[in-house]
Amino acid sequence: MATDSMLTNPVQALPGPHDILRRELTNGIVVLSRANPSSPSVSISGFVQAGALYDPDDKLGLADFTASALMRGTQRRSFQEIYDLLESSGASLGFSSGSHTVSFSGKALAEDLELLLSLLNEALRQPTFPSEHVERLRAQLLTHLAIRAQDTAEMASLLFDKLVYDQHPYSRPEDGYPETIQAIRREHLVAFHQRHYGPRGMVIAITGGIEPQAAIEMTQRIFENWQNPDQPEPYQLPPLQPLDSIKREKATLPEKSQADLLIGAAGPGRASPDFLAASIGNNILGQFGMMGRIGKSVREKAGLAYYAASGLSGGPGPGPWSISAGVDPENVEKAIELILQEVARFTTEPVSDEELSDVQANFIGRLPLSLESNSGVAAALIRLERYQLGLDYYQRYPDLVRAVNAEQILEVAQKYLNVNHLAIAVAGP
Amino acid sequence: MQPITRITLSNGLLVLLKEIHTAPLISHWIWYRVGSRDEKPGYTGASHWVEHMQFKGTPQFPAGVLDRAISRDGGYWNALTYLDWTTYFETLPADKIELALRLEADRMTNSTFDPAEVAAERTVIISERQGNENEPMFRLSEEVQAAAFRVHSYHHEVIGDLADLETMQRDDLYQHYRTYYTPNNAVLAMAGDFDAVQMLERIRQYYESIPAGQPAPHPTRPEPPQSGERRVTVEGPGDTTYLLLAYHAPAAAEADFLPLLAMDSLLSGPGNLNLFGEGISNKTSRLYRALVEGELAVSVYGGAQATIDPYLYQLTAIVHPEKEASQVIEAIDREIENLQENPPSESELARAVKQARALFAYGSERITNQAFWLGFAEMFATYDWYTSFLERLSTVTPSDVQRVAQTYLRPQNRVIGVYLPKNASLATARGA
Repeated sequence: MATDSMLTNPVQALPGPHDILRRELTNGIVVLSRANPSSPSVSISGFVQAGALYDPDDKLGLADFTASALMRGTQRRSFQEIYDLLESSGASLGFSSGSHTVSFSGKALAEDLELLLSLLNEALRQPTFPSEHVERLRAQLLTHLAIRAQDTAEMASLLFDKLVYDQHPYSRPEDGYPETIQAIRREHLVAFHQRHYGPRGMVIAITGGIEPQAAIEMTQRIFENWQNPDQPEPYQLPPLQPLDSIKREKATLPEKSQADLLIGAAGPGRASPDFLAASIGNNILGQFGMMGRIGKSVREKAGLAYYAASGLSGGPGPGPWSISAGVDPENVEKAIELILQEVARFTTEPVSDEELSDVQANFIGRLPLSLESNSGVAAALIRLERYQLGLDYYQRYPDLVRAVNAEQILEVAQKYLNVNHLAIAVAGP
Repeated sequence: MQPITRITLSNGLLVLLKEIHTAPLISHWIWYRVGSRDEKPGYTGASHWVEHMQFKGTPQFPAGVLDRAISRDGGYWNALTYLDWTTYFETLPADKIELALRLEADRMTNSTFDPAEVAAERTVIISERQGNENEPMFRLSEEVQAAAFRVHSYHHEVIGDLADLETMQRDDLYQHYRTYYTPNNAVLAMAGDFDAVQMLERIRQYYESIPAGQPAPHPTRPEPPQSGERRVTVEGPGDTTYLLLAYHAPAAAEADFLPLLAMDSLLSGPGNLNLFGEGISNKTSRLYRALVEGELAVSVYGGAQATIDPYLYQLTAIVHPEKEASQVIEAIDREIENLQENPPSESELARAVKQARALFAYGSERITNQAFWLGFAEMFATYDWYTSFLERLSTVTPSDVQRVAQTYLRPQNRVIGVYLPKNASLATARGA
């Protein structure tokens, strides 16, 4: 059973300096590319520095609105012309707004890469924000917010961010509120775009059935003449005041059958030296196998929930480290109690050798699977660049994972999670 | 397409193998021909509950041991229950695949169904159902499905009715398991980095000693033709009106199914039958232009499921906050009438084929998705259904599309479902 694989060297199959090409264009855009010769298609992925942190308080959702409107018309093409080109080729391209950045991703048959990059270029640089589309989008965004108001998981998450990130920009919803969406005019979109969309801080990864050299040259030809002298300095997050007590609130959604809970605090950012130990610890707490210790306690033993798991978001700043569960409204207290017991245990006792070695094996073993598709590889290249992990990160990764020990996990658990300093958000009937 | 191995073992287990040497991974799927279609009133949700119990252990792999073993090896695994089938898959590093073979062969016959575990899982499944009920679209879809099928067992949701989830007993579930989990009612599909001849030998070692069972019963009661439009409304919290139109549609193996998919591609955008793989947008589809660009709806989607018996072609729309469901229905009807009266152009169909080709290319990137197709296609047809898909799609003619629009998209053949939000003002809440 030792050598089942017909491939000669699976480790060499992981992306590394030997097969990732990286180039920084003169205007600051970083391009990364890796080939997958067996694939007939290509994926692109990337981001620009135009996220929701730049939203004014009275216009929350502006970055999201702007990103949604980029493909509604450009100086060269109408909305229907843009999508006709894309969809006629079976290609896709889309934008989504986060707190720090606006991300884009796209997919096409390999022969249509130039089309994809050209449309990306037009959308990023020459959007016209036609008025009728702005109004149409507004109705769509308001409907999304009406649906959000009826979604127990989303309402718990909104409340959680409010409790954990009090006085911090992370407390603000990226999709805004109905009144802030109503306050946004077309000229605000135009101004936001002019100021924040630019080459500095932009990263793009291209993977699949294309030669990396050709992919980079194509990107260079299309994007290297982009300049925006108005782009502000990179956003500096203010410090976060950590929780000093249990903060608990409930959002009431009448007539719902199930309540959602979210319990936790702010965790380490992705680039923090604490991240890997926290990530392995989090997996033990609420992911491994059937949702880790949390799943075992809340779902398997008590039968209280279909899902009960923990998550660590990472990201550029102190994203949440939280435990979520969907439970019968009558069982909310019982579930909270079980979850708090697990948090207490996780922050007082080191994880067992067995738990640690299970999760280490899982982190290392799942790597080839996460890097199987073109979009998976593109996302991995973006992570390397965004968090400055180094092009050889995936090759060093098994050693990094094996080097984490139970004491380090306990240390980061205690640093970020304290059973007496947590936010508890509940949304339900 | 690479050649595949397709062979039936002496106990009736159908095996399909496909070598793919692009990544050091193997995906193992075991499919059982059992789903909500096989459930009688009183026992709805049994197939899905049995699927949950399959993770509760056997004497050889007690609860927790198997998921630990697979997760430890970096595997990706899950199980799905649907109308016609239940399936379990593991995608693992190639040198770890033996684990999947051992585990699935073992739990084909040896699951214990411990009464205490059955009791704990009852509340978990009820909680899963409550989570679904939080979603307006689930509540609407459940009522539309029930209205569309008065006789056929596609009547009920896969998760089952609450009444049955509260009353079914351990022995009911165990009997369901023993009846349907037999090698002769199963399909084993594997794709990935292996040698098919060697893999087949190993499969024989694990599976061929399992004795064949009695032929599994699949008693179905055909749904009589619908002879008039049916309408259902669901009221619930919120401000948003949802619309669901469901038309009785052909089974996947019927000649009309591909023309129907081509028609759907024109009406609501290319459907993505891949379980794993990116889809594409539908903003140039006829219904998106009419409804969303026309500011009657904020989104519209459509699609048909590949099933053994005739199921439904469904169109869903979220109604624009300032419009009514009836206006959306009128606009949909105008588009349908247009298609019934005027065949589409050749180029519009050629476009649908190119879109499908791209979606197939995206789906082929993941070994898990390739193995999925090997077994999935066998649930309602044979694997040829998948390999010949693009070729067959490209032979669909404009008059085929016109004909299926005339045949299936008749008001008499549909159920209209509207979710009416209680909170909304009267003007916007008025529905169909």
